[in-house]
Amino acid sequence: MNAARLARRAFMLLGLPLILLAAWWVASAGSTSPFWPPLQTILETFPKTWTWDRIVSDVFPSLARLGIGYALAVIVGIVAGTAIGLMPRLRALSEPVLEFFRAVPPPVLVPIIALFAGYTGWLGKIVTIALGCLWPILLNTVEGVRGLEPVLTDTARSYHLSRWRRLVFVVLPGASPRIFTGARQALSIGVILMVISELFGANRGLGAAIVQFQRSFAIPQMWTGIILLGLIGVMLAAIFKVVESRMLAWYVGQRQIERGE
Amino acid sequence: MTTTPTAAPPAPRAARPRTRRSGRRNDAWLGVLGVLIVLAGAELLSRTGIVNPDFLPPVTEMYASLFQLLGEGSFWESLWLTVRGWAVGLAAAMALGVLVGFVIGSSRFLREFTNSTVEFLRPIPSVALIPLVVLMFGTKPASAFLLVLYAAFWQVLVQVLYGVADVDPVARDTARSYRFGPLRVARSVIYPTALPYIMTAFRLAAAVALILEITAELVIGVPGLGRDIGIAQSSGNVPETYALVIVVGLIGVAVNLFARFVERKALWWHPSVRSEVA
Repeated sequence: MNAARLARRAFMLLGLPLILLAAWWVASAGSTSPFWPPLQTILETFPKTWTWDRIVSDVFPSLARLGIGYALAVIVGIVAGTAIGLMPRLRALSEPVLEFFRAVPPPVLVPIIALFAGYTGWLGKIVTIALGCLWPILLNTVEGVRGLEPVLTDTARSYHLSRWRRLVFVVLPGASPRIFTGARQALSIGVILMVISELFGANRGLGAAIVQFQRSFAIPQMWTGIILLGLIGVMLAAIFKVVESRMLAWYVGQRQIERGE
Repeated sequence: MTTTPTAAPPAPRAARPRTRRSGRRNDAWLGVLGVLIVLAGAELLSRTGIVNPDFLPPVTEMYASLFQLLGEGSFWESLWLTVRGWAVGLAAAMALGVLVGFVIGSSRFLREFTNSTVEFLRPIPSVALIPLVVLMFGTKPASAFLLVLYAAFWQVLVQVLYGVADVDPVARDTARSYRFGPLRVARSVIYPTALPYIMTAFRLAAAVALILEITAELVIGVPGLGRDIGIAQSSGNVPETYALVIVVGLIGVAVNLFARFVERKALWWHPSVRSEVA
């Protein structure tokens, strides 16, 4: 009985991915098309292409830039967002400007930042990632702080909680579901910008490597790069999910109770 | 309207409608003021040379360049190509996402069976496909279309799946005891429940689609405003670079406003919209 359930679970989890992989394998098996090399070739190329040296020289720097830029955006976004959210006047003053900056598609920042910082070093890339990630976090923090339950803030005030304690124990936790929403949007934008920022100028990095493969028509290598990038995206999303479910466990539980589940 | 010196954010929400409306008008003026402050600040930074004017030209020069652009046919051509690419990709993603979402969402087996695949494919960054589309289509609009479609499709699909799963069990059982056919159930039970989610999907997908459309133009060279920005920057025409970035930003604002407008129109009956108006 239990084994049967386990088997069903495994089938549900792995069934479709295996079918799709098998279909890809079979469909591309005898492929002579230069753009669609057999999956077998791609998988054989993978360990040869992404050696440890290459990972250290290309992948880690990319991820480090993403990490630094993203962390900067989270810190600045939450601090500025909380400040703006708590001050209605400041919010009214800054809202149209923030809406504009949010609406600018982040990749167009690249040419602008290239003017200031050049684009060969780390600085321009980190600034690009940080600026692109900032707006979703900032605006969602503002919304989260603004949408706090009035009963909560009133209670905190009538208990004469100090400003600092109110911030740490009422405002930030209350806003955290929205902050996480913003942080999740920012993460996918960050990954996009991590890749794009490496496509300008002479560069090293994961995105730059993939495009070099494509330009030199090293197609199986290019495919391994695409797969690696996909795996990194999946991995980052998984890490994010773990952090989120840890920190928002109270919120998820509350929602379940409200829905009567 | 006297303002009491309390820093209480919930106060305006609890106020009477009339004071709220005048408060809203005040907010609008403050917003205009904020924009003016930023424009004037940028102008000053550049004119006084605090920021090198080669990097940040005065705002007035940006707008002069912008107005010059407005008189050029090639600018309107690029604008049209960008908006068209965005709209076509978004429409395709919406149609496909809603259709697939309804089919998968309505069957428990399909939902569980596809879950792991969706969760795996969704976070794959669409820019990973850039080299592939370049090989397949070069700088044709189809390159941008595929990137936009891939990025926006997952946004829509996931929201629709949530929406279909959110159907009230009582409503579903009621429909069943009235022996509604599957089409009737889809129309009068699932659709109204899923509509707010579809609208959220539309808003998110509209923004993502624009990002990817511009990215494709900038990085791959698909004709459109993004490519013009790249050309202006590499030819050293700084005011025009900024002018085009401003245009793209305004398109983004327009896209957001449009998405919110559609959401409000389609959901006029929904409590979340009605409570805002009342």
